[in-house]
Amino acid sequence: MTKPVLPDGFVAVVKRECATCVMTEPVLADISRTSTLTVFTQDDASFPESVPHLHDADLAVSWHNDIETVPTLLRVENGVEVARTVGWSRDAWREITGLAHLGEDLPVMRPGCGSLSVDPDLVDKLRARFTGSVLTARRVEMATAEDEFESMFNRGWTDGLPVIPPTPERVLRMLTGTTQRPDEVIAIAPPDLVPLTVEKVAINAVMAGCLPEYLPWVIAALEAVCNDKFNMHGVLATTMPVGPVIVCNGPGTKRIGMNSGINVFGQGNRANMTIGRAVQLTIRNVGGGRPGEVDRATHGNPGKLSFCFAEDEDGSPFGTLATDRGLPPGTDAVTVFAGEGPRCAVDQLARTPEELVTSFAACLRTVMHPKSVMAFDVILVVSPDHSRLFADAAWDRRRILDELHSRLQIDSNTILRGVDGMAEGLPDRFRDRTVPKFRPDGILLTHAGGGAGLFSSIIAGWANGDMGSQPVTVAVKS
Amino acid sequence: MTAARLTILDPTSESRPARRELLTRPASVDGMTIGLLDIRKPRGDVFLDRIEQLLTERGARVLRFAKPTFTKPAPADLRHEIAAQCNLVIEALAD
Repeated sequence: MTKPVLPDGFVAVVKRECATCVMTEPVLADISRTSTLTVFTQDDASFPESVPHLHDADLAVSWHNDIETVPTLLRVENGVEVARTVGWSRDAWREITGLAHLGEDLPVMRPGCGSLSVDPDLVDKLRARFTGSVLTARRVEMATAEDEFESMFNRGWTDGLPVIPPTPERVLRMLTGTTQRPDEVIAIAPPDLVPLTVEKVAINAVMAGCLPEYLPWVIAALEAVCNDKFNMHGVLATTMPVGPVIVCNGPGTKRIGMNSGINVFGQGNRANMTIGRAVQLTIRNVGGGRPGEVDRATHGNPGKLSFCFAEDEDGSPFGTLATDRGLPPGTDAVTVFAGEGPRCAVDQLARTPEELVTSFAACLRTVMHPKSVMAFDVILVVSPDHSRLFADAAWDRRRILDELHSRLQIDSNTILRGVDGMAEGLPDRFRDRTVPKFRPDGILLTHAGGGAGLFSSIIAGWANGDMGSQPVTVAVKS
Repeated sequence: MTAARLTILDPTSESRPARRELLTRPASVDGMTIGLLDIRKPRGDVFLDRIEQLLTERGARVLRFAKPTFTKPAPADLRHEIAAQCNLVIEALAD
């Protein structure tokens, strides 16, 4: 719907329900006696009785002119607004109208009321009515007797849990969370290599249960997983149990209410749960990555529904993951990692950082297989109770990683094929060497979890480097 | 239940994959050029060596190809090369 052209002269937008509007009726009458005044009334078509007026019944005038408060008084020249005041301010009304004695009987000022065009009960419908044409996705009309939740299951659009129906109203509300245009292509979505628009992301974000303020995070995470280095096609196609693990950094994680503390990988936090879910739903629905088709995982893992968390930056003695990966401190960012489910690394007795890293190293030895080396990266999520030992000893990230890697140098003869009764292992040509469990940058250190518990957590990865998947960090656009 | 019909937006790519018919199975491989594509899984070469031997015995000409890594789709140029040079292709998935 095109924007209505405003009539020249003075334009006032009012509603009867507003006491300030009712109070200004004599003033409007004064203005109309000497000047060209067009009054638009939002609610009662007969108001204001003493002044000629038009009924903004569909609120098109109010919507398109961003009327947030009534009364609003505008001065319009050649169809263009040149002055505006909201509520009743005697000085401002006099200045705009040039009428020196306007409203002499009225108080100096009275605040206005909310415009109907921003009424929370109406705003989504109005947005759909007036801006719905920006949406280009196919519209699917449900039959009157159709259960939309069942229908979405039947169409194969869900991850096995119910989804929120992506109505135009909800999708347009979701799009208010980003400044990016709905038709902007943010990535090429694997595995079908489909141009992925902001609109399609928003549709899937609605289905996942996101709030609009999460949308920039979903977009950033999708840019990251669709990066060739992350290799989402391979992450789907592998028989191994990995999916995108999304680590969120920056002050924005607090603004949108993400969890970095108690039960950080678990249920209960809307942002954590739905951002990761929106990413997976988008890959499923737009990219075409569905289990049993391109997704060939033998077991998969429950985190493939959603595995997304914020780092506890304030409590971290070793900085943040995003900063370590090259972004300026304070940047809102996501890092994606092809990971399996988390597992616990317990040490309740270590009282020195040396004892703790030795424990960590022993646990990390078993990633994938105790004889597996170099092939897999890992995220080590250090808990606050554990990180205190590093803080007290002033160990920074480099020191912790160096101490870990030094404890993860393995005598190859102990992990050759057949050794210890296990066929698995290195070929004999690796005999008499020292081999590292992880690549030099193969341990990603993060800080998260509840304030009590002498446990940390290990999230093992998938085939790493150019051969497989590499972590990708992307800044979140505001 | 409300009588109003609900309209929702399609969350998918709204595209359907192009369907192409499989070629007719050849009666014989004699004189055919057959590509063997190793996807780089361990021991795929063992399997393909044996296949090459069997095909050669039956009069086929065998060309060997390999993906750079099993974790990623075959590059477009490799797919084109196989299509341009071969009548048939056999892909080895092994471990």
